[in-house]
Amino acid sequence: MISLTEVTKNYGAAGAGDTVAIGPVSVDIPAGGITALVGPNGAGKSTILTMIGRLLDVDSGRIEVAGHDVVNSPSRTIAKILSILRQENHFVTRLTVRQLVGFGRYPHSQGRLTQDDERHISEAIDFLDLTALEGRYLDQLSGGQRQRAYVAMVLAQDTDYVLLDEPLNNLDMQHAVQMMQQLRRAADELGRTIVIVLHDINFAARYSDKILAMKNGVVVEHGTPEQIMQDAVLSRVFDTEVTVIEGPRGPLAVYY
Amino acid sequence: MTAQLDRERRTPQVSAGTATTSAGTTPAPRRRRSGAITTRRHGLRCWGVMALLGGLSVFFTAGILSYDNPMPFGSDGYWLIAGMRVETVLVIGVVVFCQAMATMAFQTATNNRIITPSIMGFESLYVAIQTGAVFFFGIAGITLVTGLPQFLMQAAAMVLFATTLYSWLLSGRFSNIHIMLLVGVVIGGGLGSLSTFMQRVLTPSEFDVLTARLFGNIGNARAEYLPYAIPIALAAAGALWWRARRLDVVALGRSTADNLGVNHRREVMIILTLVSVLMAMSTSLVGPMTFLGFLVATLAYQFADTYSHRMLFPMAMLIGYTVLAGAYFIMRNIFYAQGAVTLIIELIGGVVFLIVLMRKGRL
Repeated sequence: MISLTEVTKNYGAAGAGDTVAIGPVSVDIPAGGITALVGPNGAGKSTILTMIGRLLDVDSGRIEVAGHDVVNSPSRTIAKILSILRQENHFVTRLTVRQLVGFGRYPHSQGRLTQDDERHISEAIDFLDLTALEGRYLDQLSGGQRQRAYVAMVLAQDTDYVLLDEPLNNLDMQHAVQMMQQLRRAADELGRTIVIVLHDINFAARYSDKILAMKNGVVVEHGTPEQIMQDAVLSRVFDTEVTVIEGPRGPLAVYY
Repeated sequence: MTAQLDRERRTPQVSAGTATTSAGTTPAPRRRRSGAITTRRHGLRCWGVMALLGGLSVFFTAGILSYDNPMPFGSDGYWLIAGMRVETVLVIGVVVFCQAMATMAFQTATNNRIITPSIMGFESLYVAIQTGAVFFFGIAGITLVTGLPQFLMQAAAMVLFATTLYSWLLSGRFSNIHIMLLVGVVIGGGLGSLSTFMQRVLTPSEFDVLTARLFGNIGNARAEYLPYAIPIALAAAGALWWRARRLDVVALGRSTADNLGVNHRREVMIILTLVSVLMAMSTSLVGPMTFLGFLVATLAYQFADTYSHRMLFPMAMLIGYTVLAGAYFIMRNIFYAQGAVTLIIELIGGVVFLIVLMRKGRL
């Protein structure tokens, strides 16, 4: 379980009066399944996610993942429990897909790859259908393939918790759907707990088990897709008139 | 659904052995392996280049030691002269060792392959100290900054300057490597202008003495510092080598490194401190060598084409040694102009650099 207690983060100059604050956020994200973070721009979704992934310092409050305090526990310990993938990934180093995925094993092997590591790497690559591309360099891949390689890296890290910040960014319809199906399988077949920031509420409704809606730095709604996919709830969260209709594969939010 | 079916169809193939990318190879199951070397061809090329550079290094070393030795081979006098030239070889070795390791580690820490440690103002500080001595104490001043305690103090000043800058700018509220670089550039530029101003006011003879100190000069190196510079440089480089696998991760950038359990900020500060030690050793021995580190690092990335610092470091050192020893040998024995080694490095090195860059089309 990921549990946040009174977590806050302040941006901007202190005492200037116009500080942008995130929080206080107190929420428990259950282990297992996919939890989607949704909300309008600037709601603090990515901030919360990067704070859980201890890439961003917490100003006050406490974040625990599987009983470990992410701020005070050794980074190496946390790296075996949770992995996080940010939106922007650009490497100066030239890497092949397999080398990149191999870096995911660093918390376990400290760079000396064992047979067991190689097995995990191969599994992660196969899982994301990158088998034929594993020898290619990242700069020889399309955006969608590269995104899959990054996800393969965090899966190879073999952590119970996987945090992804908008992994569907820059993906076309086909690749976005494939990515969500693969994440769904990672949750179901590999038993991972996946927390994911999504922009499209319909993707969240279709593929996640829990939806956490944020607005102005605080969590405003938390529940199953059925509970969140209501006209009134969505209209309030997004400040836009939303109508939920019954689509062929579940509820569909129409907002245009 | 189709994707799932597609996968199931593909799975047996996967376990039997992946589709080979290069046609014509035997269909035996390829061992799937990760590592710094991607393919056989890559490995062969890497080791081939290293062997070639090693051969060239040996050739130039032998050349520097024995070429144009007036005494008959094997006589006592012959060995005496060769022994005196060993010093030169050692200076070249130490300078290349420091510059190659420092530049590469610096570029990894800053996640940037265009800037070099000299941007941080090390060399400007060195120039400012030397110029200041002459400015305030005249020609006699140059002797004030020569000597073992002075060498150690000058090195300590450079390391202190750099570490203060890093720890101030990386741990405070900025905690931003770009701001640190910018401040480094501004301070370096300021020190440079100060030196230039002081040089304007010097008499021509003072200026002449000073200039001799400020050109990167192998033949005129302060070899008496070698017994101290070598162990210090070895210790700093040893620490970098020991951290090489962590450097591989740091090169992936801050969030990826942090995600993988490497404390990026702390690593960067350790790396930069070690870099400043190496740069201080090199600069105190031969003065500024702005282009060498950049050239060597860039060529090493091209030839090694790997993420592993355990391969990049030796490659960079071999390239550096070949370039510097070769330049020294050619300038000394063909053009009889041993002072101007940096000239040939910047000319030939620059051309080689451009050719490699044009052919590969990427840094």
